[in-house]
Amino acid sequence: MSHEGYLLLFIAVLPFVGALVPGVMIRAGRTACASFAAVPTALAFILLLMLAPSVMRGEVIQAELEWLPQLGLSASFFLDGLGLLFAGMILGVGLLIILYARFYLSHEDPVGQFYTYLLLFQGAMLGIVLSDNILLLLIFWELTSLSSFLLIGYWKHLPEGRQGARMALAVTGAGGLAMIGGMLILGSIAGSYNLTDILEQGDAIRASDWYMPALILILLGAFTKSAQFPFHFWLPHAMAAPTPVSAYLHSATMVKAGVFLLARMWPVLSGTDAWFYIVATTGLVTMVLGALIALFKDDLKALLAFSTVSHLGLLTMLLGFGTQAAAVAAVFHIINHLTFKAALFMTAGIVDHETHTRDIKRLGGLRHLMPVTFVIGTVAALSMAGIPLFNGFLSKEMMLEEASHTYWAGSAYAVPVMATIGALLSVAYSLRFISHVFLGPQRDDYPHKPHDPPFGMWASPGLLIVLVLLIGVAPFVADGIVATAASAVTGAELHPHLKIWHGVTPALWMSVAAVAGGVVLLSAHAPLDRLWAAAPRPEAKAIFHRLVAAVVGFSRWFTEVTHNGAISRYLAIFTLASVLVGWMAYRGSGLPLPTRGLLPVPPVIAVGWILLIAATAYVVVVHHNRFQSLVLIGIIGLMISAGFVYLSAPDLALTQISVETVTIMLLLLALNFMPQMTPKESSMGRKLRDAIIAVAAGGSVGALAYAFMLRDVETISDYHLANSYEGGGGTNVVNVILVDFRGYDTYGEIIVLGIAGFVIYALMRALLDGPAARRLRTLEFGYNISKDRHPLMMVVVTRVLMPIAVVVGIYIFLRGHNQPGGGFVAGLVIAIALLMQYMASGFFWTQARKKIEYHTLIGIGVVIAGLTGAGAWLYARPFLTSSYTYVHWPPIEEFELATAMLFDLGVFLTVLGAVMLMLYSLSRIARYAGETVNVEPMDYDPGERAEEKVEA
Amino acid sequence: MEIIVASAIGVLTAGGVYLILRLRTFPVILGLAMLSYAVNVFLFASGRLAIDQSPILSKYADISYTDPLPQALVLTAIVISFGMTAVLVMIGLGAYLEAGDDHIDLDGSEPEAGKDGTA
Repeated sequence: MSHEGYLLLFIAVLPFVGALVPGVMIRAGRTACASFAAVPTALAFILLLMLAPSVMRGEVIQAELEWLPQLGLSASFFLDGLGLLFAGMILGVGLLIILYARFYLSHEDPVGQFYTYLLLFQGAMLGIVLSDNILLLLIFWELTSLSSFLLIGYWKHLPEGRQGARMALAVTGAGGLAMIGGMLILGSIAGSYNLTDILEQGDAIRASDWYMPALILILLGAFTKSAQFPFHFWLPHAMAAPTPVSAYLHSATMVKAGVFLLARMWPVLSGTDAWFYIVATTGLVTMVLGALIALFKDDLKALLAFSTVSHLGLLTMLLGFGTQAAAVAAVFHIINHLTFKAALFMTAGIVDHETHTRDIKRLGGLRHLMPVTFVIGTVAALSMAGIPLFNGFLSKEMMLEEASHTYWAGSAYAVPVMATIGALLSVAYSLRFISHVFLGPQRDDYPHKPHDPPFGMWASPGLLIVLVLLIGVAPFVADGIVATAASAVTGAELHPHLKIWHGVTPALWMSVAAVAGGVVLLSAHAPLDRLWAAAPRPEAKAIFHRLVAAVVGFSRWFTEVTHNGAISRYLAIFTLASVLVGWMAYRGSGLPLPTRGLLPVPPVIAVGWILLIAATAYVVVVHHNRFQSLVLIGIIGLMISAGFVYLSAPDLALTQISVETVTIMLLLLALNFMPQMTPKESSMGRKLRDAIIAVAAGGSVGALAYAFMLRDVETISDYHLANSYEGGGGTNVVNVILVDFRGYDTYGEIIVLGIAGFVIYALMRALLDGPAARRLRTLEFGYNISKDRHPLMMVVVTRVLMPIAVVVGIYIFLRGHNQPGGGFVAGLVIAIALLMQYMASGFFWTQARKKIEYHTLIGIGVVIAGLTGAGAWLYARPFLTSSYTYVHWPPIEEFELATAMLFDLGVFLTVLGAVMLMLYSLSRIARYAGETVNVEPMDYDPGERAEEKVEA
Repeated sequence: MEIIVASAIGVLTAGGVYLILRLRTFPVILGLAMLSYAVNVFLFASGRLAIDQSPILSKYADISYTDPLPQALVLTAIVISFGMTAVLVMIGLGAYLEAGDDHIDLDGSEPEAGKDGTA
C-alpha cells in the first residue's frame, strides 16, 4: 500500500475515532464538545486536501486491508474524482455544521451525544463515498441510516422527532435491504465485490439476465435514500431533527448518497432503456411534485425539505438521461445545491432560533430586524431560483439545455415542458421564501423579538453564500473539480468549461419563461393556497402508518396463531415441519439401491423386540398412571441395553443399563412430589390429531433408519481402529475415542453434565426459598409412607453391597481402556451404590457420613481432566495429546499406565459428582415436605432395645 | 435385524412424540426420555449393525470390527440425555410446586387446558 493509501485509511477512520470523544465529555460544555468534534474533521479535511492534487491529475488512490477474504469482503478504500468531491463536501460542510450547531443548540441539550452521532454519521458517509468494496459500502450505507435515526430522534421528548426517526429508518432501511440483494447480484455477475472490478464489467452486467433484478433492487436503495417519489415522504418528517442535522444530512450529504450511488454505478448500469425510463422519469416526477408541494408549505423547513426532494429529483433525472453532458450538469448541480441549500437551512434555523417560529404565515418584514440573515437568505434563495449571476442559474441552465433535446417515448416536448414547469415552481417557492419571510411590512406579533444572531452562527452560511456568488460570477473556478468528478462518473476524460453565457439557446428561453411564470404564480399565491388547502390529496404519513399497522397486525396474528404459549402446539408444528422437510429431501433426490443384506433375527431378540414394542404401546395407553409408566419405561431401557449387547456395543449396554437405573430413581423421587395420576383431559379429536402426528414422525424416522441401514457409508472409523492401540495405547476403541481421539468433545460433555448438576442444585435452592416451600409443608405425603421406611434387610444388603459395588466400579474403571467400561460407567456404578445407602438409611443419616461435597467432586473432576489435557503442553504437544507406557511391578503382571486414564478419572469424578448432586437435590426437597429425620441407620434395630426417633 | 431396529426406532419415536404432545409435565418428560432412546438407537444404527464384532481389538485374530465412532458419540449422548432429563424433571417439579399445577401450556392458550390440576 502506498503512502497515500495509508493517508486514505486514516481519513476513513478519523471520524469514528473522533466520535468516541465528545460523547464522554458530555459535561465539558458546548464549546469543548464542538472543538473535539472539529479537530478530527478538520484533520481529515486537511489530509484530503493533501491527496487532492494527485486525484485532480487523474490518479486513483487505493488502500486495502484484508478482512473476511472468504466472503469477498475487504476493508478497501479508493479515492477518485467523485469520491474526492463527496468527501470534500462531507468534511467541509461537516466543519461548518459543527460550528453552526455550537451556537444553535442550547446548553440544556446533551451536546456531547449530538457531536458523537454527527461524527458517527460523518464516518459512515465518508465510508460510502470511499469504499472500494460494495459489501463494505453496504455496511456504511446501513450505518448512515442508523446514525440518521439517532440524529432525527435527537430531541427525544418530541413525538414528531421519534416518529420521523422511525419512519426514516423504516424507509431507508427497507431500501437498504433491497440494495443488499442488488449488490450481491451485481457482485456475482461481475465475479468480484470490488467496485473497481465491477466498474470495468459494464457490458457484461448490462447483457446479463440478472441486470433487471439488480437494477431495480439497487434503484430501490438509491431512491429511498434520496427521497425519490414515491418514497419522498420520509424526508419532510425527518425535519423534526435539529436544523444543523437537516442542513447536513437531509440536504447536503446523506440524501445525496442515493444520487452518489447512481453516479457511482453510472458506467455499469446506465445506457439502457430501462435505466432511462425508470431513473429519468422518477427524477422528473419527483422534481415537479416536490416543487409543487414546496410552494404550499408554510413551515420554512418543510418548504426547504420539499425543495430538496425536488432538487434530488433533478439530479436523478440528469443521471437518468445517461449522457455525458447531463452527468457534468449533475455533478455541477450537486456542488451548487450543496452551497445554497445548506445556507438556506441554516438561515431557516437562524430565523427559527431568533423568532421562535418557522411558520411563514407568522413571519415577514424581517429584513430590517435581521439584515445579515436577510442578505444570506436572499442570495441563497435567488441561487435556488436560478437567477443569473448566482451559481444555481448555471447548473439549471445546463439541466434545461439537456432536457430540451431529450425525447421521452417519442415525444420531444414531454421532458422540456415538465422541466420548465419544475423550474418555474422552483422560482416561485424561492421567491416566496424571500418575500414572505424578509420583505413586506414589519410586524409586531413575532413570538420573540428577532435580531441577528452572533457571528459564530452566521459565519457558516455566510461562507457558503460567498461560494454561491464566487461560482455564480466566475464559474471557471469549479472547472477542475467538476471535470475530475464528472470524468470519474462517466469513466471518460471530460474537460467541461463552465460559463455564464451560452448564447440565445432554447434553455435561455425556458429559463426566462420559468422566472416570469414563477413571479406570476407567486403573485397569485394567496388564492392558489386556498385552493390547495381545499383540494383532496393523499396524506403520505397516514398511508405509511396504515401500512405499518397492517404489517404489525399480520405479524401479530401470525405470532398468535403459531406461538400462542402452548408448547404442545410448537412441538406439533416443529414435528410436522421436520417430517415435511424430510419428505421433500426424499422427493428431491430419491434413494440409491441397497448395498447391504439383512442380518438374521434370533428368537431371543424377537422376544426382546416384542417386549419393547409392547412396553412402549402400554406406556402410551396407560400414561395416566404415572407409576406404572415408570416401570414400563424401565423395561424399554433394559431391552435397549440387551440390544446393544447383541449388536456389538458392550460399552453402550453398560452405560445404558446404569443410566436407566439412575433415571428411574430420579423419576420416582420426582413423582413423590407430583400428582400420581395424569387427568384425562384431551378430547378425542386432539388424541387423534396427536396420534397422526406421532405416527407420521415415527414412520418417517423408522423408514429413514431402515433406508440407511441397508446402505454402506464412508466412515472415518478405520483410522480410529488402526491407531487405537498404536497411538492411544488401548484396545477398547470406543474408550480410546472418548478419552483420546475425541477427548475435547468428552471434556465438553463432562462440563455440560457438571453444569446440569449445578443448575438442578440452584433450582432446588431457589425453589426452597419461594412459595414452593410453603406448599410443600402443607402437602400430605403421609398416606403412602411405609411404617418401616428403613428396613433391616435393605440396610444390611446395601452395606454389604457397598464395598463390592465400589470394587466393581474400580475394576470397570481400570479395565476401561482395553475392555468395556471406563469413567462414565464406573461413575454411574458408584453413584448407584451410594444412592442405595440414601435409600436404605435415609437422607439425613447418609448425608451426615458424607465426607466430600458433590460440588467439589465435579470441580475436581473437570480440573483433573483439564490439567491432564494441558499437561501435553509441557511436551509441546497439542491439548489432550495422550501418552502411555507399560510398567512391571512384581508380583503383578505387566500393566499399562496412560495419561488417558487420568483423564478418564476426571470423567469418572464429574459423572459421579453430577449424578449425586442431581439426586441429592431432589431428595433434599423431601425435608421440606415434613419428612421425618432419622439418625439411626434403620427404623427397627433388633440390636438396640431402645428406639430413638427425632422429629424434624 | 434391520427391520427390528428400524421398527423399534419408529415405535419409540411415535410413542415419544405422542407423549410430548400431552398437556402435563410428567408425560412430556416420559416422552422426551422415550425420544432420547429413539435418538440414541438411531445414532447408533448410523454405524450400521454388526453382530459379534465389538470394537475391542484382539491381539490374536485378524477379525473385522463394527464402527466404533457412533458408539462413542452415543455413549456420551446417553449420559447427557440423563442430565437433560434431570434438569427437565427439576424444572417441571419446580413449576408444579410454585404454581400448584403441572400444565405445560400458558393459561388459556388451549381450550382444554383450563381445568385445575388434580393431585
